[in-house]
Amino acid sequence: MELDLTKAKEFYSKMLLIRRFEERCVEFYSKQKIRGFLHLYIGEEAIAVGIMSALTPEDAVLATYREHGQALAKGVSANSIMAELFGKQEGTSRGRGGSMHLFDANTRFYGGTAIVAGGLPLAVGMALADKMMKRNRVTVCMFGDGAVAEGEFHESLNLAALWNLPVLFVCENNRYAMGTALNLTESETDIYKKAASYKINSKQVDGMSVIEVAKAASRAVEDIKDGKGPVFLECLTYRFRAHSMFDAELYREKVEVEEWKEKGPLVVFQKRLEEMGLWSEMDVKELEDEIKNTMDEAVEFAENGTLEPIEDLEKFVYSEVSNG
Amino acid sequence: MDNTITYREAVREAIRKAMSEDERVFLMGEDVGNYGGSYAVSRGLLDEFGRERIIDTPLSESAFTGAGIGAAMNGMRPIVEIMTVNFSLLALDQIINNAGSLLHMSGGQFNVPLVIRMATGVGNQLGAQHSHSLEGWLSYIVGVKVLTPATVQDAYDMIGLALSDPDPVLVFENSLLYNSKGSLDTKSTPIPIGKALVHRPGKDITILTYGINLFKALEAAETLAKDGIDAEVIDLRSLRPLDDETIMKSVAKTHRVVIVDDGWKSGSISAEIMARINEQAFYELDAPMARVCTLEVPLPYAKHLEDAAIVQVDKIIEMAKKVMVQS
Ligand SMILES: Cc1ncc(C[n+]2csc(CCOP(=O)(O)OP(=O)(O)O)c2C)c(N)n1
Repeated sequence: MELDLTKAKEFYSKMLLIRRFEERCVEFYSKQKIRGFLHLYIGEEAIAVGIMSALTPEDAVLATYREHGQALAKGVSANSIMAELFGKQEGTSRGRGGSMHLFDANTRFYGGTAIVAGGLPLAVGMALADKMMKRNRVTVCMFGDGAVAEGEFHESLNLAALWNLPVLFVCENNRYAMGTALNLTESETDIYKKAASYKINSKQVDGMSVIEVAKAASRAVEDIKDGKGPVFLECLTYRFRAHSMFDAELYREKVEVEEWKEKGPLVVFQKRLEEMGLWSEMDVKELEDEIKNTMDEAVEFAENGTLEPIEDLEKFVYSEVSNG
Repeated sequence: MDNTITYREAVREAIRKAMSEDERVFLMGEDVGNYGGSYAVSRGLLDEFGRERIIDTPLSESAFTGAGIGAAMNGMRPIVEIMTVNFSLLALDQIINNAGSLLHMSGGQFNVPLVIRMATGVGNQLGAQHSHSLEGWLSYIVGVKVLTPATVQDAYDMIGLALSDPDPVLVFENSLLYNSKGSLDTKSTPIPIGKALVHRPGKDITILTYGINLFKALEAAETLAKDGIDAEVIDLRSLRPLDDETIMKSVAKTHRVVIVDDGWKSGSISAEIMARINEQAFYELDAPMARVCTLEVPLPYAKHLEDAAIVQVDKIIEMAKKVMVQS
């Protein structure tokens, strides 16, 4: 992967888009336009952007409840995500999902799972279907370090390796599951080693560096598409915000958060571009303005969205048409 | 074409037919391949279809059920076999939070055309962890459908119906029925999902049941007939959706109801049916509704205790007579 000005701009603006989108979320959460659980991705943007840069539109992504970033990076429109957060029927899931359940068939974004580790078996099945139908595409499954303690994590890794499936597991290790640090819950805190024990090609990468993530992802996707079976990437990262809007953050020191902010994905990337002499060539102001417009438009779209009629509430419990 | 085969063979034939006609159909579960299925349902299918489509899984109920859901979302028509309903509890998260929820939660975008088959039933002295009948309880879940084939014809038809349904369908095969024989007409049009069947018309009392208890109820009805009580026996066939129409029609005809259910009384499917009759047909009743269920104990091993705990023909007869006297 060559980092030229175009690529640099693309990476930077995508990470910025996610950051600005979520800042808007905070704003509208305090205005009570957005309700429910809201889990922010701020600090982890490099992972979503790096991983998605390696995918084609045919590849599928499954994520957790902290998935605004992944959805945006996969190409789900900011308009439809914001409308979903506002509970409007123009949203990704007609307002039935909310922040934790974004779904978009067009971009092959399969959620939005709020049961920790619940998406891993689904990813295995998606990949199994692709393998059986001889479709050369990848299913990406993103989850947090908390998922590692669940049985489904181990069951799924075993199946994926045993059946040599085209799935890319991406563990976003931000060191905490809600308020519990990883070292309080795992005997082995190097998660990639667990994957390796299932004979999965597995690697730890700097999740704060979009370049490192992108490199690892494109190599992984290449290998998977060559039929070499699943790959596991453990991306080391940190969330700068609380677990959710309800979290008082009693479990970690402010200085720890501040230290990590110095290593944040936007800061790190900027430094790297400066070293390479690309930063001076980038018009950051222009990018910011563009993103601001996108955000204003998304909010307007969401505000103007309509509410699903109550008469339709019981729709989609079962399918209306047979798919034979 | 009319021939007599076992329930086990009927299920196998239905799977074989589906797999021959549609390359998207595959079977996955513990011991379905080399072993031939723990109840020998899939015996021979491995040779016929190969390892790619008859897939032996590890003991990972949650992962392979979830994998079935994922495969269904991605264009396949998987049949997942869970060895018995007892072990499906390890996959409940996938069944409720994913299979049953994805269509609605995604605003109608992702349906899950998945079939999950499980053995169920009591009466083999297998003790509490291999005996329960949880199909009534699983029918509590919205977004899934629940079928309980009792006859050879339904054992065959329901696999095909479940596979052509766009939504997740749980099929409960009573393990004691696998050796039962019946005639199969492979050319007849199957009775749709959600339709109950009046097996034995009668005018005095309605016996509502499903699965293996259909045969106990029919036997009871024969004895009752000798005593001048003409019982109507209805095979519910589908526990979700329930066929309210057929149930209420029968209640309006006989005005008396006994429900026979392999589940425990509290919170059972029989409790649900009683509630519905109360809501929809209360004034048709000439006597309080009654039911015969499994006693509220984890099922014991010893034969005499097990027999005392589960539904028996004489208990149905006794209950029906009691209801007749009360009216
Ligand atoms: C099965 C399950 N158990 C508990 C929870 C409650 N819960 C929600 S998020 C969370 C922490 C998960 O942490 P991690 O997987 O590291 O992801 P992160 O929030 O750090 O992105 C917990 C315990 C849940 N949603 N699902």
